[in-house]
Amino acid sequence: MAARAGAGPATREQWSGQTGFILAAVGSAVGLGNIWRFPGVAYENGGGAFLVPYLVALLAVGLPVLLLDYALGHRFRGSPPSVFRRLSTRAESLGWFQVGISFVIILYYTVIIAWAVSFVWFSVDTAWGDDPAGFFTGEYLQVSETPGLSLDIVPGVLLPLVAVWVVVLVVLALGVQRGLERANVVFLPLLVVLFVTLVVRALFLEGAGEGLTAFFTPDWSALADPGVWIAAFAQIFFSLSIAFGIMITYSSYLKRRSNLTSTGLVVGFANSSFELLAGIGVFATLGFMAHQEGVQVGELEGLTGPVLSFVTFPHIISMMPGGPVFGVLFFSALALAGITSLLSLLQVVSSAFQEKFGWTPRQGALRVGGVAAVLSVVLFSTTTGLPLLDTVDTFANEVGIIGSAVVMTILVGVVLRRLPELQWHLNAVSSTRIGAWWRWMVGIGVPVVLGYMLLTGVWTLVRDGYGGNPQWFVNAFGWGTVGVIVVFALVMSFVRWRHDPDELVPWPELPASQLRHGGQKGPRS
Amino acid sequence: MTTTAVVVLVVSVLVVWGGLALSIVNLLRSPADVGPEGPAPDEPAVGERTD
Repeated sequence: MAARAGAGPATREQWSGQTGFILAAVGSAVGLGNIWRFPGVAYENGGGAFLVPYLVALLAVGLPVLLLDYALGHRFRGSPPSVFRRLSTRAESLGWFQVGISFVIILYYTVIIAWAVSFVWFSVDTAWGDDPAGFFTGEYLQVSETPGLSLDIVPGVLLPLVAVWVVVLVVLALGVQRGLERANVVFLPLLVVLFVTLVVRALFLEGAGEGLTAFFTPDWSALADPGVWIAAFAQIFFSLSIAFGIMITYSSYLKRRSNLTSTGLVVGFANSSFELLAGIGVFATLGFMAHQEGVQVGELEGLTGPVLSFVTFPHIISMMPGGPVFGVLFFSALALAGITSLLSLLQVVSSAFQEKFGWTPRQGALRVGGVAAVLSVVLFSTTTGLPLLDTVDTFANEVGIIGSAVVMTILVGVVLRRLPELQWHLNAVSSTRIGAWWRWMVGIGVPVVLGYMLLTGVWTLVRDGYGGNPQWFVNAFGWGTVGVIVVFALVMSFVRWRHDPDELVPWPELPASQLRHGGQKGPRS
Repeated sequence: MTTTAVVVLVVSVLVVWGGLALSIVNLLRSPADVGPEGPAPDEPAVGERTD
């Protein structure tokens, strides 16, 4: 297909069908966080009781915002800058803000995937030996003593990083159907098969039962703790890949007549299903570790994040019969989960530039990807990469993504008052209808909850800095990152478009009763 | 495993994975042609535009 992407409805790329879209959306949502964030967060916040706030969060925040993203992308047929500009000219910069966040995340996400790829090889002979922690930060990453910005590239990271970039850029250059969709159609089922195998294996380990007991035993008093509810909302929010441009972009490649709410439900529950599976697998494995070391599960440390994956799990793999096989499967699964999420981030950025400047998918892939590849090598494959990654990630998530969500919901809801139109659009094309409650959740509930999270998160960062890093470091690379993204967003919105984005005619056409200023009720809501 | 933990595990699995199953069934059962009458701007396939 030689048509250039995204100039108008006649030439926009498309998923080959609903299934392709669902696999891609689930592939985007299921990522590293499903595996290494959910289990620990659930465990620390009430264990089995966490299911309650978690489900409430899925239904009250996760799915509503997912549907908002779908409605925006599907109706206005573009990546975030195009979509927000079509809503209101001056809103374009919010779209570029989302693009900027995605770009920043890409830079370090690729490096984490490179680590996972390395550890697939390390698993074969349990190269980490007796001291996985020392191996990870010392021998492998060669983390330097002082945080800063060194140019000492670590060859062990560089090689897999280059390989990861080659793979994703090829996929990206092939476009939505031949690249993105095909990659997800292969990788996602493969990921599920690998992971189910791991979980089944873990369930047969000695001590698995104790691990599962620790995970699922409910602490009902946690339900009275607001921190637990916030943790649930945060987990759902970060897990679903919502509110920073991915789902807007992905849904824009759906044909006009597409069942949005029904597919949204599938994507939301599929993402949660995978997390739950990961929780079972991780804690069965941790139970084995506790059993081997003769301690309680509650006494274990390193239950989340990179430490879980690259220190705790290698430790367990060394103790396990058939450990190397488990390790190969586990790190391969991690890499696959990461790659499908990474592709979605890249697509956001590439398509934004394709639409603004009239580039082809290949040009988008090479230009955007080329710059990103170089930056990721220079910034994150060096001896100062780890603390830098940690800091940038925290700010990108807690300030960037949450900020984007708050601004987006307030802008679309209260300021521009487009929620009735979007609700009408969702119901016009979908078989599962949503009621007025959706407008209330998106317009008021979500900004309140996420606004609270944003304020408390920012306050903590301002007051305590981050990670024990020196203040200059946090200012430069934490706040500095946010600042650079803001400037980028403003500047990009002033650059001229190659093709006028305002030519788009939204479909289905709004009936007269739905016109914004009329403010009447639409079809039965 | 303790009984409580088993119960919570089963309930979690039923709700979450069951929710997935139900939502898939819901999707598969939807009529193919939801939406207003008449072709949408991208149906049937249009010819490619040249730059």
